[in-house]
Amino acid sequence: MTFRIAVRALTRRSRDAEILAAPTTLHPSAARLHGSLQVRHVDAGSCNGCELELTSCFSPVYDVERFGARLVASPRHADAIIVSGPVTHNLHEPLRKTYDAMGEPRLVISLGDCAHDCGEFRGAYGVAGSVDDVLAVDAHVPGCPPHPTDIVRVLRSFTGQ
Amino acid sequence: MKSTLLWSGIASLAQLIWLVLAGPLALGLMRKVRSVIEGRDGARVTQPLRDLRKLAARQRTRPTDATWIFSAAPLVLVASALVLGALSPLASLHVLMSSRVDVVAVLFVLLLGSVALLLSALDTGTAFAGMGSSRAAMVGAMTEPALLVAILAMSLGAGTSNLARLVDAGVATSTLAGPARILALVSFFIAVLAETGRLPVDNPATHLELTMIHEAMILEYAGPDLALITWGESMRLVLLVGLFSNLALPWGIATSVGALSLGVGLLALTLKVAVVAIGVSLFEVTTAKLRLFRVPELLAGAFLLGVLSVISAVALR
Repeated sequence: MTFRIAVRALTRRSRDAEILAAPTTLHPSAARLHGSLQVRHVDAGSCNGCELELTSCFSPVYDVERFGARLVASPRHADAIIVSGPVTHNLHEPLRKTYDAMGEPRLVISLGDCAHDCGEFRGAYGVAGSVDDVLAVDAHVPGCPPHPTDIVRVLRSFTGQ
Repeated sequence: MKSTLLWSGIASLAQLIWLVLAGPLALGLMRKVRSVIEGRDGARVTQPLRDLRKLAARQRTRPTDATWIFSAAPLVLVASALVLGALSPLASLHVLMSSRVDVVAVLFVLLLGSVALLLSALDTGTAFAGMGSSRAAMVGAMTEPALLVAILAMSLGAGTSNLARLVDAGVATSTLAGPARILALVSFFIAVLAETGRLPVDNPATHLELTMIHEAMILEYAGPDLALITWGESMRLVLLVGLFSNLALPWGIATSVGALSLGVGLLALTLKVAVVAIGVSLFEVTTAKLRLFRVPELLAGAFLLGVLSVISAVALR
């Protein structure tokens, strides 16, 4: 088992180069976060493509935890919510409540094309609007679905690590 | 006489400062060990300190129905841990009031923090917090007897329930591995895992509401309050691990007053706690969480080991 771990640790390095490059642009709030970002994820009506990519950010391949980001179980614990998908009528109110439950200062990160402009689901009868229509968005990760490298880059622009 | 008092004051202060830093760092170390075994790099060992610093500057939120109990609980938790940090023989046998600190009193001061947290969860009026505190009460009600019986067995062997003299008896004996002692230590260790909310009783990293015990109780805390709770919990972990390692392997603890022995004591304590913390992490990675209704079986097992330990302590005396 130890051998397998060692082999994986060695082979992983080649894929790491792109992820390991230090963040070039920092978000203004990075200074007060002191290299620590707790994130609460809210699925506002996503197709779950973004969720798969977000999950892989915390996997051994991308491992965003080493840069100081962590997923938490409550909006009270979170510095930022990361919202995926177009905002459906059913999730409109829960999304607002999640945002209201957070303490100041709070950040909103929108994840994927749908969160920005409703993407494929624009004009659908169940959709209330994009995340920008509901909350003030601080950062956006483009893509359908967004690549984990891009998600890691945006999270690192907050942690600064 | 006066200089003894002064030195025990210095020892208490040194232990306090050590505990304040060791709590978060132990948390970071345990997460690091887990990450490395999972094939990740993981966060730095100092990451919990960064988290605490940031949380301390955030806004404090409060559920609309909460009363003063909600605001007081984090303070009680931290205060109970700090009191024990100053008065327990962690790095030195000669700390303030060391001749009066009874092991049962130590456990009950520790319990004060748990109960405060339990009540604060009920105070929020949230359904999940209530569920968390009822689970924590169930686990706690079965952990305490196991802890007490394990302590009783060790006290019978040493002929005292004074914590400093209990550890001192361990230093004095040449044979550390009596049956009573080993049984008591195993029982104590399982109880420590349960009391500090580690696997296999509770998963400290869970996001699934149905598996939460401790995490469910603190869902409503934010900012400085959350920082206090995380900090207090980590200090309790280090305290219990420190007490366990001092009872199991008392070597290195300062038995005389003086700067040199205190320094050696702190160094030995750091080493022992780090080794046990890494051990707990390794154990956690290789274990699955027990189903909630299997937890009583584990804790009853710990209690049984404690009882067997008492019997063998009496029989072999």
